[in-house]
Amino acid sequence: MVAAMKEPVSLLQIAILFASLSLVAVGGANTVVPEMHRQAVDVGHWMSDTEFASLYAIVRAAPGPNMLISTLIGWKAAGLPGAFVATAAMCGPSCLFTYWIAKVWERYRETTWRTAVEAGLAPVTIGMILAGGYVLTRAADHSIPAYLVTAAAAAIAASTRINVLWILGGAGLLGAFGVI
Amino acid sequence: MAGTAEDANSASPAPVTQGALFAAFLKIGLTGFGGVLPLAHRVLVNERRWLSERGFVDALSLCQFLPGPNVVNLSIVVGQRYRGVAGSLMAFTGLVAVPLVIVLALGILYTEYGKAPVVDRILGGVSAAAAGLVWAMGAQMARTFARIPRAVIFAALAFVGLGVLQLPILPLVAVLAPASVLAAWWRR
Repeated sequence: MVAAMKEPVSLLQIAILFASLSLVAVGGANTVVPEMHRQAVDVGHWMSDTEFASLYAIVRAAPGPNMLISTLIGWKAAGLPGAFVATAAMCGPSCLFTYWIAKVWERYRETTWRTAVEAGLAPVTIGMILAGGYVLTRAADHSIPAYLVTAAAAAIAASTRINVLWILGGAGLLGAFGVI
Repeated sequence: MAGTAEDANSASPAPVTQGALFAAFLKIGLTGFGGVLPLAHRVLVNERRWLSERGFVDALSLCQFLPGPNVVNLSIVVGQRYRGVAGSLMAFTGLVAVPLVIVLALGILYTEYGKAPVVDRILGGVSAAAAGLVWAMGAQMARTFARIPRAVIFAALAFVGLGVLQLPILPLVAVLAPASVLAAWWRR
């Protein structure tokens, strides 16, 4: 429905918003979703609260990185051009920065300090990944069968080389039939 | 350029061409329902063997502590390592281009036709499994460090702080990361 587009939002405004989010998203795109929500719903009135929640659910369930929520926000704000500008702005600055750091980082391979930095960051990274698993589980599972599906998916993925699409598809089927 | 990257522990069976980078990240993007990182782990470590378990942890650390979407950063880092600028571009495009079109199409469909309850139920099932995939990835990554007390302590602190207590990520990282690096330096 076109009703959502009340007044045109400038592409520059979208570019600036997502470029700045790109540069503060330490820990991943998920960490700036609350700020995206604030800008898109409370400040910009580009969509309602429920619309935002649904679009975010679509992004999380669809294939691809979760940062594509920026694509949908850009689309809601300013149509297709908005979608592309938002995506490019969300990735551009951080990609350039990461590329540069990765290049510099290569140069210091085998140095004692790089080894120490890696040995120190690794456990924190692993803790953050497991925290992500915890948060996702709390958000997704509201029944015993749902917890069982999560546990089974974890066990199968950790112990076999089976294509994960089978795991996800099987769980989706269980959901469709109301088992979860 | 950054051509070889023979990490000693990660001997890649086939040469990592631009096309291979594109294909690998296309697969990661297209099969990553409900979260892409577990897929990146599977494809890069288990299937293509471009990264060892440890190499993946290190690359992901870099990507997590730098700003920006993690998996997008990972495509940049892996692409850069094997094929420089062109490699990063190929990996990034493979990861993002097709999912972008899919997500846009789904968003438009959703806005036009609203949501069917069965879709909600399917999504519920997929999300439950997707959470499990993240646990599995975390467990596999943690295996290398399970016998190092310092690592277990800092992983536990990050897990409790970010997951259970839901502390804000920036201050948490600002405290934990330097402390953990210092501890690693100390124990060198």
